Amino acid sequence: MPGSPLLARRLWITALIVPPLAFVALFVVYPIISAFAYAFFQWHGLARGEFVGFANFYKVLFTQPYADWTANAFLHNVLVFFALMVLQNGVGFLLAYCLWRELPGAAFHRVAVFLPVVLSTIIVGFLWKLFLHPLFGVVNISLRGTGLGGLAQPWLGQDTTALWALIIANAWHMVGFPTLVFLAGMQRIPGEILDAVRMETESEWVKISKVVWPLVAPSATVVFTLLFVGSFNWFELPYIMAGVDGSPHKATDVLGLYFYRTAFGDQSGSGQDFGAGSALAVLIFLFIAIVAGFITFRLRAREIQI
Amino acid sequence: MKKLIMKTIVALGALATALPALAEDLTFWSWRQEDKAQYEKFIKAFEAKNPGITVKFETFEATNYNTILSTALAGGAGPDIMFARAYGGLENVANAGYLLPLDKTNVPALEKFAPAAVAAETVRSSKITYAVPFASQTMLVIYNKDIFDKNGLKEPETWDDLVKASEKLKAAGVMPFGNGTATAWQNEVMVGGIASTLMGKGFYDDLMAGKTDFTDKRYVGALAKLKEITKYFPDGFIGLDYASSQQLFASGMAGMFVGGSYELANFKKQNPKMNMGIFAMPGMKAGDEKLVAQYFDGGYAVNAKTTKKEAALKFVNFLASQEFGQMFADDLNNISAVPGVTFKDALLGEVAELNKHSIPYIMLVHFRFGEPSGSVLLQGEIQKLLSGKATPEEVGKNLTTGLAAWYAPFKK
Repeated sequence: MPGSPLLARRLWITALIVPPLAFVALFVVYPIISAFAYAFFQWHGLARGEFVGFANFYKVLFTQPYADWTANAFLHNVLVFFALMVLQNGVGFLLAYCLWRELPGAAFHRVAVFLPVVLSTIIVGFLWKLFLHPLFGVVNISLRGTGLGGLAQPWLGQDTTALWALIIANAWHMVGFPTLVFLAGMQRIPGEILDAVRMETESEWVKISKVVWPLVAPSATVVFTLLFVGSFNWFELPYIMAGVDGSPHKATDVLGLYFYRTAFGDQSGSGQDFGAGSALAVLIFLFIAIVAGFITFRLRAREIQI
Repeated sequence: MKKLIMKTIVALGALATALPALAEDLTFWSWRQEDKAQYEKFIKAFEAKNPGITVKFETFEATNYNTILSTALAGGAGPDIMFARAYGGLENVANAGYLLPLDKTNVPALEKFAPAAVAAETVRSSKITYAVPFASQTMLVIYNKDIFDKNGLKEPETWDDLVKASEKLKAAGVMPFGNGTATAWQNEVMVGGIASTLMGKGFYDDLMAGKTDFTDKRYVGALAKLKEITKYFPDGFIGLDYASSQQLFASGMAGMFVGGSYELANFKKQNPKMNMGIFAMPGMKAGDEKLVAQYFDGGYAVNAKTTKKEAALKFVNFLASQEFGQMFADDLNNISAVPGVTFKDALLGEVAELNKHSIPYIMLVHFRFGEPSGSVLLQGEIQKLLSGKATPEEVGKNLTTGLAAWYAPFKK
């Protein structure tokens, strides 16, 4: 039968595609669509009430106290994004360059830099909470031990330091990821180009800015986009280190925590509101999708094909 | 003759409802993972007396319990009997129609419960009760008796006594208080445990009567004193989380701990050798009535859609019985809400004694019914107060204006 190998092949492909597709449909597409739908209804506890159009969106964006909370959380996400762009992607690029240039100890550092990435966020969160413990934390003990006791702070309890403490913990955790991606990008740069550069100049700065940076543009597209999505979906680390309330007094509140608290309630403080929570989820989703799409589009345009 | 027929019908009816109750499996959901062994013991006692009914106790992580329960109930997959929260948390579930109304016809023992206990499990607008309250909690000061004895200290009778005792402990190299306020809800605990006496019953009554708000001098003054006493909290206490602060006290590094009565069992488990005492915060003068802040924790509710209503109600009636209340107090070291329970544990007896002079834990009991909730506002405002970002007056003002968004008496 001439048709049967082809048919078998098709069946085989179908059998491979259908389970993941069904999985994605059930656990990704369906929840997103239902959140969209939930956002347009009023909720009495868990019971769906009447259709209210855009009232939930209006509520979280323009009525108090939600408007202030939304703006506060959003601005924190923006700060987190830019801070991590420098502390995570920027440092990652420099580290990658050092590793690529095979500075002494490169083999060791390649592992050391990437190791924290493998740790789960839960472990990193608790670890840094211990590091920053006001009494026994290694940060304050080191400061006191080196005569800088005046700089010892209750890091996670002050609105001036708490968010930065989380940002640094996150950068420490994830810096290995952009490093690895940039390093892979650098290793793809053909030797002839580098040889050609070496004949022109010995300046590292020229090498970085005129050759390496433009040629690792595809890597940059990846890490920038992922950082953007990650910063605006930031949840685990603040949840573990600062709690669902964004303690102290919402100084570490980000959209992820705010959405979770609004939708599901906070055992020690507030009730649940699926309508407002879903509206927030939809807004966050749309914002991330649109801006991430734009970033990818713009960054792709500047990539150079080798 | 008519009577006989009626009796037969009633008997048949009872039999008919009893028959399916033979060999019924009930599911019972809880957020108290740590109490699983004790609850299984209670259930055995019930099953021994009610052959044919078995109860399966299932626990979920406390912080996610509401979400899990909500989702299950909404999907029609909830348990037959469940732990329900109190106050605003109860209304969230009850208003959606998921719980069976309870009253003196289906749970006769409810009538004898304290009104405040029943109110905690009652929806305010409809006055319908949905759960049998299980325990009350009290915000007070726990102290390490050994440390107090070693330093020649007694339970303070006035605020000055407290300050002097704190100074003495500090001089002896002991942290006077072990508390930290990085975990948001701990800030509310501080207000309940430290400021209740200072704000006084008069303030509470006036607040409830709509005669005053949180800008009241009595409230603001109490917050100023609260801020003052944090001088004796650990260095950097605003960055100290809840778990760490518990450890400071349990390990004997701190002399006092402002917290809920629920801490007692936990401290005893962590450090069985430690002798603990409790007291209510003193007022400025020796004669001032010392007050603790009390609230009810939650209750046992029945799923409105359960197919085993009779069996479930039987079990809930058992949970409302004095026999259960006594076991609950003895085995879980908690203040059972069942009336007439006696406390073997001396400390629990003392808590019950302190409860006679109490005001409700204000924000949880009265201000968690709208957004922003009083608890959320208070927790954030106290964090501002303690880190020097707000004065007591500003806190009082922000609480009042924040709550005015939904609390009618504050609307100007």
